[in-house]
Amino acid sequence: MSGYNFAYLDEATKRMIRRALLKAVAVPGHQVPFGSREMPLPYGWGTGGIQVTASVIGADDTLKVIDQGADDTTNAVSIRRFFARVAPGLRTTERTAEATVIQTRHRIPETPLREGQVLVYQVPQPEPLFRLEPRRAETRRLHALADYGLMQVKLYEDIARHGRVGSSYDHPVMVNGRYLMSPSPIPSFDNPKMHRSPALQLFGAGRERRLYAVPPYTDVQSLDFEDHPFVPLRAKGRCTLCGAGDSYLDEVVTDDRGGRIFVCSDTDFCTGRQTMREAAE
Amino acid sequence: MNDHPILSASSVTRAFGAVRAVAGVSLDLWPGEVLAIVGESGSGKSTLLRLLAGDVRPDAGTVLYRASSGATRDVHTMGEPARRHLARTEWGFVHQDARDGLRMAVSAGGNVGERLMASGARHYGDIRAEAARWLERVEIPAARIDDAPRLFSGGMRQRLQIARTLVTRPRLVFMDEPTGGLDVSVQARLLDMIRALVADLGIAVILVTHDIAAARLLAHRLVVMRHGRVVEEGLTDRVLDDPRHPYTQLLVSSVLAA
Repeated sequence: MSGYNFAYLDEATKRMIRRALLKAVAVPGHQVPFGSREMPLPYGWGTGGIQVTASVIGADDTLKVIDQGADDTTNAVSIRRFFARVAPGLRTTERTAEATVIQTRHRIPETPLREGQVLVYQVPQPEPLFRLEPRRAETRRLHALADYGLMQVKLYEDIARHGRVGSSYDHPVMVNGRYLMSPSPIPSFDNPKMHRSPALQLFGAGRERRLYAVPPYTDVQSLDFEDHPFVPLRAKGRCTLCGAGDSYLDEVVTDDRGGRIFVCSDTDFCTGRQTMREAAE
Repeated sequence: MNDHPILSASSVTRAFGAVRAVAGVSLDLWPGEVLAIVGESGSGKSTLLRLLAGDVRPDAGTVLYRASSGATRDVHTMGEPARRHLARTEWGFVHQDARDGLRMAVSAGGNVGERLMASGARHYGDIRAEAARWLERVEIPAARIDDAPRLFSGGMRQRLQIARTLVTRPRLVFMDEPTGGLDVSVQARLLDMIRALVADLGIAVILVTHDIAAARLLAHRLVVMRHGRVVEEGLTDRVLDDPRHPYTQLLVSSVLAA
């Protein structure tokens, strides 16, 4: 793809996004508006995440892209191929440990992240209060005043109706004790991984034109009640392929007679464990 | 303790374009007192209430509130964070239409618990127990704690709104036609309940109503408004039994006797 600037976006746009990112890092959890560009893929496929990745990535970076934990699904493959084409020199990988920038949709890798890594989330809806308060001007005011009783009401309703906090994904978090933030639709299982993570976490919502960030080693607390503490949800079972009992599992239907198995949603993690097991045998 | 008014308005004025909705109104509200503002539609009573509650800014004049800490602050210059804090702790607002004051899709328990949670309660069991107590107090069966208010009758909704407002034991409650739109027997029960709760908790209330009977039942003191001005004020019995201003005489004589 000749004729495009490095990483597709022009330098002025990257600069604008980097400025917004700096502000987002300076005010953890606060949503910063930015001029989202038209990207060569539809809204909802990760336009926000791609713009953030394009703005932070350099020719000496190594990029990993995951979709629901997997490196080999359509969204992950096409975004990885896109960057390989528009960013000459950029290396791509499927290994979490080797990557410097990881763009993700709906998961945080099982392998613990380290300092220097950047995790870029694709965010469909950045506003955690949006189902409770439809007026955007009003939600901005609630954030400004740290008036989050409304969110607690929603958790109350979940417990009253279902006996537990109902959101198994996109469970709201308080960042740095100040801003209520949507962690993007990651499973609640992944929420604790955000807390004091050594990696920089950046969030991009392309359609909603918002960026936000969690700097390394920042407190991220999932909302809960004292007598109903937050419990990360996980299917009870082990991965059929690698035997892991502590990873996030996908349920896979294997036949039309009710047969089903659980496998790790993080394909890199699962493959790594299988390789290790084969080497040991 | 009670030698200072809890809320004090002086020469409050507000115009909407050429219409002077409220023109130079001054009044004092004392702790534990129920003050009714009566007048016909368009007399400026609802605007006055919103001016006093800080929802509408006056063109001139001040509204001072004496907080439980003893500090006196201007409602309109204290800034929004402070005013919102007041609104969810020491103040309450009961709307005419319960739909404005309630979250219709949230259960009764959640509605009552919202103010508790907004002021920092984070223990589910305690919040629920307190909500159940308050539902009982406003004569809503505790079994309906998980029903949404859209399944409630008009009278129940209004009672739920009152429970939701009073749960944090505010010192000052603004009520805008709390019995409007309800049928007579439901009104009577509601008025009875409000009177008992207000007396029990010692809340100061500013009540806006066009219903003279409701004012007589609830209010200690009465302010009669017309064309944005106060034409008469005094003890409820005195004003209603011995009205002096011609307009008040007209208003009192217009009440239909059953």
